Amino acid sequence: MAEIGTMHYLVVAAMLFILGVVGVVTRRNVVVILMSIELILNAVNLNLIAFSRLHGLHGQIFSIFVIVDAAAEAAVGLGIVIAFFRNKETVNVDEVDLLKW
Amino acid sequence: MFFLEHIWLIPLFPALGAAGMFFFGRKLDDAHDKKWVNGICVGVVVLAFLWTCGSVYQYTQYAAVEHGKPFEKVMYTWLGSNTGLTTYHTASGAPAEFKAEAGFLLDPLSSIWLLFVTGVGMLIHIYSTGYMKHDGGYYRFFGYLNLFMFSMLTLILGNNLAMMFVGWEGVGLCSYLLIGFYFHKKSASTAANKAFITNRVGDAGVLVGMFTIAWYFGSINFMKVTEIARSGIFHTGDYWITFATIALFIGACGKSAQLPLYVWLPDAMEGPTPVSALIHAATMVTAGVYMVARTNALYTLAPTSMKVVAIVGALTAIFAASIGLVQNDIKRVLAYSTVSQLGYMFLALGLGAFTAGVFHVFTHAFFKALLFLGSGSVIHAMSGEQDMRFMGALRKKIPVTFRTMFIGTLAIAGIPPLAGFFSKDEILWQAWSSHDGAFRALWMIGFATALMTSFYMFRLITLTFFGESRMTHDVEHHVHESPKSMTGPLVILAICAVFAGFLGIPKSLGGTNIFEKFLEPVFTTEHAVAAEAAVAPEKAPAKEEKTDYTEYELMLASIGAAGLGWMMANRSYGKAAKDFKEPLREFSQPVYNTLLNKYYVDEAYDYTVLGRKKIGPVRLGALGAGEGLWKFDATVIDGGVNGAGWMTKFAGTLSNWWDKWIIDGVLVNGPAMVARVTSYPVRLVQWGLVQWYALVMVFGVVGFVWYYVVR
Repeated sequence: MAEIGTMHYLVVAAMLFILGVVGVVTRRNVVVILMSIELILNAVNLNLIAFSRLHGLHGQIFSIFVIVDAAAEAAVGLGIVIAFFRNKETVNVDEVDLLKW
Repeated sequence: MFFLEHIWLIPLFPALGAAGMFFFGRKLDDAHDKKWVNGICVGVVVLAFLWTCGSVYQYTQYAAVEHGKPFEKVMYTWLGSNTGLTTYHTASGAPAEFKAEAGFLLDPLSSIWLLFVTGVGMLIHIYSTGYMKHDGGYYRFFGYLNLFMFSMLTLILGNNLAMMFVGWEGVGLCSYLLIGFYFHKKSASTAANKAFITNRVGDAGVLVGMFTIAWYFGSINFMKVTEIARSGIFHTGDYWITFATIALFIGACGKSAQLPLYVWLPDAMEGPTPVSALIHAATMVTAGVYMVARTNALYTLAPTSMKVVAIVGALTAIFAASIGLVQNDIKRVLAYSTVSQLGYMFLALGLGAFTAGVFHVFTHAFFKALLFLGSGSVIHAMSGEQDMRFMGALRKKIPVTFRTMFIGTLAIAGIPPLAGFFSKDEILWQAWSSHDGAFRALWMIGFATALMTSFYMFRLITLTFFGESRMTHDVEHHVHESPKSMTGPLVILAICAVFAGFLGIPKSLGGTNIFEKFLEPVFTTEHAVAAEAAVAPEKAPAKEEKTDYTEYELMLASIGAAGLGWMMANRSYGKAAKDFKEPLREFSQPVYNTLLNKYYVDEAYDYTVLGRKKIGPVRLGALGAGEGLWKFDATVIDGGVNGAGWMTKFAGTLSNWWDKWIIDGVLVNGPAMVARVTSYPVRLVQWGLVQWYALVMVFGVVGFVWYYVVR
């Protein structure tokens, strides 16, 4: 069994990223989309931490920023979703096309 | 000077009578007892007559002291006081103020008119109490008569043209009211309208003349105008004076029934006979003569106008006399006789013989009023029959009427020594001798007219009083002499008709011609006398000597003409039976018909002036003008209006189209359309679905990665 190296982390992170992207593009529920976005962000975090082993602590600090950012984004995104639900009684993203015009 | 100072009372008395009849007449008019209406209406005229006598007497005393100066009494300024609102510039550029006073002017001229108007008027009022006794509207009749007296006296006494014009219109109104007194008769109301409307034409002339005088002389006061005219600042033949005098003469033609405006007077006989006597014979119709005599100073400056007056007068005289030759209605003969005699008066005025004209007015008033009242008495006796063909042999049955009328006829025919002889002969003599005999053609006309006058008047007398009776049995049974109230005035007027002429016996017959002396201050001035003397200093005496002899010959000639007329009438009609023949008809049927139909003047007026009848398809005259104006209105004016409307509508349509298609279509909607069209490709990618955007983004990233990293 080979030693777990950087490449492994990167592969896991890439898989997580793809899962996230597929989730964002395909799922209809806004909440699930937000969760998928978290997946993408966490894939990035994994990359940052993996590379910080080679290049110093900058990556870890940056990932903490990303986690804070993700928290803020989730808070704002869920707020919008709740406000939207009160108007349209739906969280289905197909029915949300107000940006069209 | 009590009467003179209160001369304004003379017109006021009849005015009070008229007002009384207007307010209380209906209550006072009793079917059986007329004493209230009689008392008031006749009383006021008697008062006016007495006051006139007093005034004229006092005026003679006044004139003796003041060297013939007219007496002027101004009550107040009636039109245009010193407000400055009525100022204007006269023809010479001097500032003047239009001012008419309620003022009265008494001079020899107005004295004469006053005397005979109130005198004859009084007699006719008395006569009317008998004549109108059985007519309805008794108080109305007397109220109108009083109103007429008021207007006529205002006309005579007014001291300016405007005041005279008030009276002028007033007598016109009363004439209208009295002609149409029997208003239930269609012919009477038509005749009243005819008189009124014809007079309007003349009245327009008076107004034009009055304003021309106001503009040219700066005043309409008779004395002032006369003074300015005689001051010598205008040359003889001045165009504007000629214009003004011609305009005034048109007015005189209307009021005094001269060619071509005489047509109303014969029709005016539809009125009651006393009206015909008072208004249409003795007084009102002489108003034109009065006006010309009053403005004689102007006429003297306008020889052309004088010529027109003389010629119109002479033509009217013979024209009307010739119609009178064949008329059958007793009053119509007298009406044409009046027109003819008025023509004589204008002939005299036009020749410059103002005194002769006025003298004829004076004598004519008596004998013509007498004749009319006599004819009224005949009609009264004949139970309303006016056609002389159905009279005859009345002289024994109504002797007083016959005698007085016979005197009147002798007077008008010019048998000496009755009034008509002196006055008519004076006119004929003037026609012969004045202007060195330049107007002898007019003398010929006047002489022929005198012959005709004698003929038709004796024809009237003979047909009515002589010959055989041609009355129906019923009428003959009722014939009766008129009451005293009617015969009394006839007798008085007959006396006047005999003696009035003695006031003007010419010098050649040993008289002193008081009349001429009395009138002298009105018609002659020192200036005029001086001018005449300067023109022909040595001619005048020579002419007098030469013509003195001729004057007697002419007198004999006119007496001969009168006698000839009498003889002819007597021979033609003296034994007229029921189937009597008109000699003129036997002589020439067309001539007779033309005269009987009054030269077809009424018909000619219908075709030309009135336009009541069409000439072919064309309509002339007043109605034609009205029709033409209506057509002009309907096509040109209305066409213009409709055209303007159509233009507006068209402009509106155009503007609407422009707004809709150009402004809104191209300028407003156009950019929007461009924006819309150009936005289509952009809109195609705007699905609005966030996930699609994300997908595109993913492909994009994949694409970039592939491009930069893998390749």
